Amino acid sequence: MTAVAYVWQVGECLLAIALAPLFAGWVGQCRAWLQNRSAPPLWQPYLILRKLFHKDAALATDASWLFRLAPYVVFSTMVVAAAIIPSVTTDLPLARVADAIALVGVFATGRVFISLAAMDIGTAFGSMGARREMMVGFLAEPALLMVLFSAFMTHGSTALPEMVEGLLSQPHIVLHPSLFFSGVAFVMVLLAENARLPVDNPSTHLELTMIHEAMILEYSARHLALLEWASWLKLFNYACIGFALFMPWGIALHGASAGLLALAIAALLAKLVVAGAALALFETLSAKLRLFRAPEFLTMAFLFAVLGLLVYLLLGA
Amino acid sequence: MHVVSALTTTTPLTGLLVLVASWLLIGALGLVQPNRIGWVARTLFPLGALVALGVAGMGAMSLTPGFAAQSSVLALGLPDMPFHVRLDALSGFFLLLLGSAGAGISIFAAGYFRQGEGTAPGLLCLQYHVFLASMALVVLADDAYLFMVAWETMALSSYFLVVTQHRIPEIRRAGFLYLLMAHVGALGILLSFGVLQGGSWQMTFDAMRAAHLTPAWASAAFVLALFGFGAKAGLVPLHVWLPEAHPAAPSPVSAMMSGLMLKVGVYGLLRVSWDLLHAGPWWWGLLTLGLGLGTALYGAIFAAVQTDMKRLLAYSSIENIGLIFAGIGLALLCRSFDMRLLAALALAAALIHSFNHAFFKSLLFLVTGSVMHATGERSLGKLGGLIRYMPWVAALALIGSLAIAGLPPLNGFVSEWLLLQAFLQTPRIPHAFLNMIVPLGAALVALTAALAGYVMVKFYGVIFLGQPRERALENARDAGWLERFGLSWLALGCVLIGVFPQVALDVVGRITLQLVGTTVRRGPSPWWMTPITSSQTSYSGLWLWVGLLLVIGATFVLVRRIYHGRVRRTPPWDCGYPWQTPRMQDSSEGFGQPIRHLFGPVFRMQRELPHPSDPKPKYRVLVQEHFWHQLYLPLARLVQRTAERVTILQGGRLSTYLLYSFMTLILLLVWVL
Repeated sequence: MTAVAYVWQVGECLLAIALAPLFAGWVGQCRAWLQNRSAPPLWQPYLILRKLFHKDAALATDASWLFRLAPYVVFSTMVVAAAIIPSVTTDLPLARVADAIALVGVFATGRVFISLAAMDIGTAFGSMGARREMMVGFLAEPALLMVLFSAFMTHGSTALPEMVEGLLSQPHIVLHPSLFFSGVAFVMVLLAENARLPVDNPSTHLELTMIHEAMILEYSARHLALLEWASWLKLFNYACIGFALFMPWGIALHGASAGLLALAIAALLAKLVVAGAALALFETLSAKLRLFRAPEFLTMAFLFAVLGLLVYLLLGA
Repeated sequence: MHVVSALTTTTPLTGLLVLVASWLLIGALGLVQPNRIGWVARTLFPLGALVALGVAGMGAMSLTPGFAAQSSVLALGLPDMPFHVRLDALSGFFLLLLGSAGAGISIFAAGYFRQGEGTAPGLLCLQYHVFLASMALVVLADDAYLFMVAWETMALSSYFLVVTQHRIPEIRRAGFLYLLMAHVGALGILLSFGVLQGGSWQMTFDAMRAAHLTPAWASAAFVLALFGFGAKAGLVPLHVWLPEAHPAAPSPVSAMMSGLMLKVGVYGLLRVSWDLLHAGPWWWGLLTLGLGLGTALYGAIFAAVQTDMKRLLAYSSIENIGLIFAGIGLALLCRSFDMRLLAALALAAALIHSFNHAFFKSLLFLVTGSVMHATGERSLGKLGGLIRYMPWVAALALIGSLAIAGLPPLNGFVSEWLLLQAFLQTPRIPHAFLNMIVPLGAALVALTAALAGYVMVKFYGVIFLGQPRERALENARDAGWLERFGLSWLALGCVLIGVFPQVALDVVGRITLQLVGTTVRRGPSPWWMTPITSSQTSYSGLWLWVGLLLVIGATFVLVRRIYHGRVRRTPPWDCGYPWQTPRMQDSSEGFGQPIRHLFGPVFRMQRELPHPSDPKPKYRVLVQEHFWHQLYLPLARLVQRTAERVTILQGGRLSTYLLYSFMTLILLLVWVL
């Protein structure tokens, strides 16, 4: 564990913070193109952040300290998660602090804080959003954990960098049937957890259908900016977990040279471009589910993930 | 004081006996001036808390490396049947739990108990301290006789505490149900000890350890013990008393019952299945594991739909007990395949979860006590917004809620992490069927943990956040300093175990060394928890705390430095709807609705929906358990009917009874001849 590793650790974290809005902008741009709208610029999320940070925060009269604290906590959980996930290199000294189980826990902490903050003002929409978010979360969280467990079974470690190294050290590409089921489950969890279609619509402001938007309805200015940034970071983090588990090629291993690291960043960008376009395509093609159907969607994700685990246990692959 | 004179040297065991005796003395002193609150609450309860700290200290001493088990024979009990006591790592751990959480509860109780709440304070003080002392004695007992005497004392003293407000009929009913289930369970334990003595008719645990039981009798003893201790701990389907009795008691007593007494049940099962019985077939483990996982999920689902805050916590206790039993079951399973390291890991998870649960559940039950004192309400539907009127209680309750939801970096996460790690190792079980089924238990643990998060957002959000649902709540005042001190003590425990999980792992390592013969892998330093290998798994509570706090601080400073911290207070936005009333927030029924919808068949629901044209619409939903209607009520009817049949024999005429005696004599004569 050298000083260079720590530099890269911090660098990767900052890269995630900086790239996350760009990724969200790219998804938005693709969606606009696919839907025959004129697209906002790629850097639109940065403009939004700048605007929000400059504004005065309008705070509801009854807002408590929890309401003001929550955006910082939610943002921080996503930053800490970004530090754990090997998106560019597996030589992450801080990744040992929390393994994949703790990563799911860190995500859950963020979710609980944003739900509590949504209930703080005591408006009808806030508590409705909190309830729905927790409903999505309590099914999506174990599904994500099961996906990670399948990966654990195949690689023998709950530490994400070790999983990536295990996958990359294989001489040729091995197709694990269990990973197929896990992959399907993971995509479903990614959509649900990041408030994407078909569970939630990120661009909706139709009161009765929204989940994520309902929770952050009362936020403004810097608090809203942090929450938006956190949600973009969350999408970025999920994408990186997906890359690490299912297509880790390009991620630099322990002791990689600067050239390889640059290559890893390039590979990450390429993967993000493809994943963002795929996400936009999927969102354009699918319709939003009725809210009561959302648990069915998530139960299916959970069962797929458990099936992946079972398939691994049965076939040993 | 011949208890003391029976022992010559002062050892932790002697000290413990003195401390237990002083608890009894403090209880008796309560009767001196039973109605003077200044004497009973402000003097005796803090003294009891000091004694509890002493008990915790003595328990901790027995967990230091190099401590050898101490035992002693007391000059008490029946002739030829003296009381045996013994202090080893297992009992020491549970004494540490009892003392450290009990101290916080006692300090809180010092500020909590007031005049005119049913039983006189002095009598309450007696019952309270007898309850504490009997729990300590159960843990110290080294023979079945003392164990059962202390066990029954524990059941009876807690029964009297449950019916403190005996003028309310529901509370009397809850107390009776509790007493009944406690005795059904005690019968199971008594029978289990009867089997364990294995024909030697020696009631000491030493004799039971030495007894050689055939596999069938050993299994009988185990199943009876699982039944008996499961009934005390609240294992489904023996849990029905728990959601009735725990909410009925005053809050410090609810905290003791949920936080401490359930753990005594866990202790009993551990003592019998690991210490008195040495080995067993794998189905013991599978049975315990299955019951534990079922209990955990069941408790979590029911907790999510409760509308009474104390009932919600009681169901949450059932959930946590389920997780603890799942850990014990997994450990038993691994023991039967001689996988010692894995057994040690699962057992460590169960023990640490017991400890954690004692802290966060006591904390939350005490919080409900403060809320009830401040508002007079325990129904979630009439609370809300208390974070503004009770900031201290709200902040401490937040720690407890986050901990019980199993969120890092607090303590609840540590034990769930360990349990999941243990499950992840189970594909290595050398059994073609079990190595596929058991790992799937991890899915249930994950689902339960996620549901616990749901439950806690509901609990905290409905009580402390939002707008007050009743006008009177605006007059709520924060808890007094003694109550705050008790709550802070328990919250501190939650945080410390979350920060230094490796210390907790080292401590329970003494017990796994005693019971399993090995400990889980030690980390490179106290900050790191690496129970298997450092490359496979690692977790550091401290560094996670540092990381999170650092990022939060840096974000805050950067945002303030680069931009500004200006705030403007406005009415809430709420999509521009101007007429907002507190009634428009989610009620507790509303918040539980997705769970009711999703797990519909699990509940027995009675719904009354209003007609759309109804001018005064009323909506009512009653959620009950199937067990009650499909197991317990038929069972009660069966007992009733059998009893009625038997009454035919009992006509009340003396001549008939003489005829019975005569016929019995004739039959005996025929049999002898």
